[in-house]
Amino acid sequence: MSHAASNPLSMLKTHLRTAAAAAALLLSTGAQAADLNALIWCDHADPALLQPFEEANGVKVNVKEFEGTGAGLAIVEQSQPGDWDVMMIDSIDIPRGVEKGLFEPLPEDKLPLADLFAQVKMDGSTVVGGKRYGITEKFGYNTIGYNKTKVDPADMQSMAALTGDKYKGKVAIYDYYLPVIGMAALAIGKKTADLTEADLPALKDELLKMKANAKLVGEVTASQTALATGEVDILVGGGEWVTAGLAKENPALDFSIPKEGAVLWSQSLAMFKDSKNKDMALKFIQYIMSPEGQARLATSSCYWGMPANTKAALTDDQKKVLRFDEQPGFLARAQAYPAPNADLDKKMQDMWTEMLQVK
Amino acid sequence: MSSSANNPLPRAALPWALVTPALGWTLLFFVLPFVAMGLSSLTAHEGGGFTLSNYSQFFTNPSYWQAMVNSLQVTAIVTVISVLLAYPFAWILAEQVPERWQRLALMLAVLPFWTSYVVRSYSWLLVLAQNGVVNRALTGSGLISEPLQLANTRFATVTGFVHFFVMLLTLTIFANLKQLSPSYRKAAADLGAGPVRTFLHVVLPLTLPGIMVGAFLTFVLCIGDYITPQILGGNNELLMPQLVMMQIGRRGDFPLASALSIILMAVVTIAYLACARWLKIERA
Repeated sequence: MSHAASNPLSMLKTHLRTAAAAAALLLSTGAQAADLNALIWCDHADPALLQPFEEANGVKVNVKEFEGTGAGLAIVEQSQPGDWDVMMIDSIDIPRGVEKGLFEPLPEDKLPLADLFAQVKMDGSTVVGGKRYGITEKFGYNTIGYNKTKVDPADMQSMAALTGDKYKGKVAIYDYYLPVIGMAALAIGKKTADLTEADLPALKDELLKMKANAKLVGEVTASQTALATGEVDILVGGGEWVTAGLAKENPALDFSIPKEGAVLWSQSLAMFKDSKNKDMALKFIQYIMSPEGQARLATSSCYWGMPANTKAALTDDQKKVLRFDEQPGFLARAQAYPAPNADLDKKMQDMWTEMLQVK
Repeated sequence: MSSSANNPLPRAALPWALVTPALGWTLLFFVLPFVAMGLSSLTAHEGGGFTLSNYSQFFTNPSYWQAMVNSLQVTAIVTVISVLLAYPFAWILAEQVPERWQRLALMLAVLPFWTSYVVRSYSWLLVLAQNGVVNRALTGSGLISEPLQLANTRFATVTGFVHFFVMLLTLTIFANLKQLSPSYRKAAADLGAGPVRTFLHVVLPLTLPGIMVGAFLTFVLCIGDYITPQILGGNNELLMPQLVMMQIGRRGDFPLASALSIILMAVVTIAYLACARWLKIERA
């Protein structure tokens, strides 16, 4: 028996988890074994994305939305093995799932890996121990989103504009510590992949300068609303995921990749090792990665983003809004999402908390 | 002779039988989760061993401590303003509005409860926005030349809370005022007290239990609320519920979130003990 298993706290936690899982099953909405159960972000809940797959395969896709990898993994821990088939996850967090023994290797020969933008394959995260556990499905940038009728677009080519006096009080900051800390790193000339604890004081100074200019620090809806309603003119950490979906209603919204670069975000799909429906799970992943699935995912009603597949069946207008043809240049200047170890991650989050508390 | 007289045991067991469902409910949905949360708070996030570090972090990290200070300040402001607004409102409803209109007036008073809490908070965000109703009215009337920053501030958070809790307090104080026998006021008048003296020395002390119950409910609901400060405060300062939620999102640090929740619960318990003691003195 392991030390963890003999620990009374662990034993009680195990019993409580079992009870919680049993209760969750009792309270479930009647999911059937033939259904596909997916843990997702909101962009995968769009009926326009799911219905074509459901009709073509005669299957019901049950989705559960979560925010943040920690919350998603907690749902899995509180479930019975086999409850979930597919998970949508930050590409950088796939190793966390693999470490917990959750994911099944994906068959590379059955996925359109050759059609993906080379820079977003993220093999450093999606391939663990020589096996592929995830495939990037959508990506974009945490950069500068702005209203081009209210600010000088030339100013948005440098991150210095975010901390200067010119736009003081007209700035919102996206409330997610990793990408914005990544932007602060770029602003002070650091590479996001090389960040260490020694960089934290300089990063904190840069964050505090941004905060001094900011009217609010908001999550997705709040920051998007602030930019769309004119409460602010600039969104630090914004990008196509904020501006593209609003392009029809508000064509003045745009984003730039400043000279210092931008932070590349990417989301992946993974299959659960204990899935009872692996064939259908693979079909689902193949559908999402197909040109049609990619176009629907990229233009999902929740938020838009770049499809990972270069062959995504987007219309010319959609490509224009997403600035599809400019991607090679953007990707060349983008840097990886910060992927700190657990200790540095904790310190970064505490630094973010400190920044939020400064008035 | 009745059967119960022949068999006294069922009669003795009856109270237990009646309270068993409530006890079971409390055990299952309060005691058990609370024990689980307590055990979780004593577990290390990495490795899973026993630790007190989740509690020590709260006392050693000034940002965490500041979240508690912010929560207590906001809750105190909201409670005081809500009581000051709700009491006259309840008094007018109970004393000045004719009885046949009171039901309609009460219904109008609780109308805000009929809308979703989230929708109501976002509505306030739009009302207080730079281009919102308040700023437009102020700039349009020439009182100010530039819009004020009202949204995404502590003021907005307090406004959203007060809008909700004034209604709650009005109901508790109204109920208390209606239960107050008119004889007390008549007796005070017979003894020569004027309306102000009667109110200060008779009505107010007798309605204090209602105020305290409402104020305590306001305190408990306000200090544990995540939605209102998250939507209206613009994250320009963190309150305890926001700090708790932050630990869960990406890192999934349930032990630290549990410890912070238990500390918050301890503060609520202290507030309860303070109120209970105070109420006991009043009744004596």
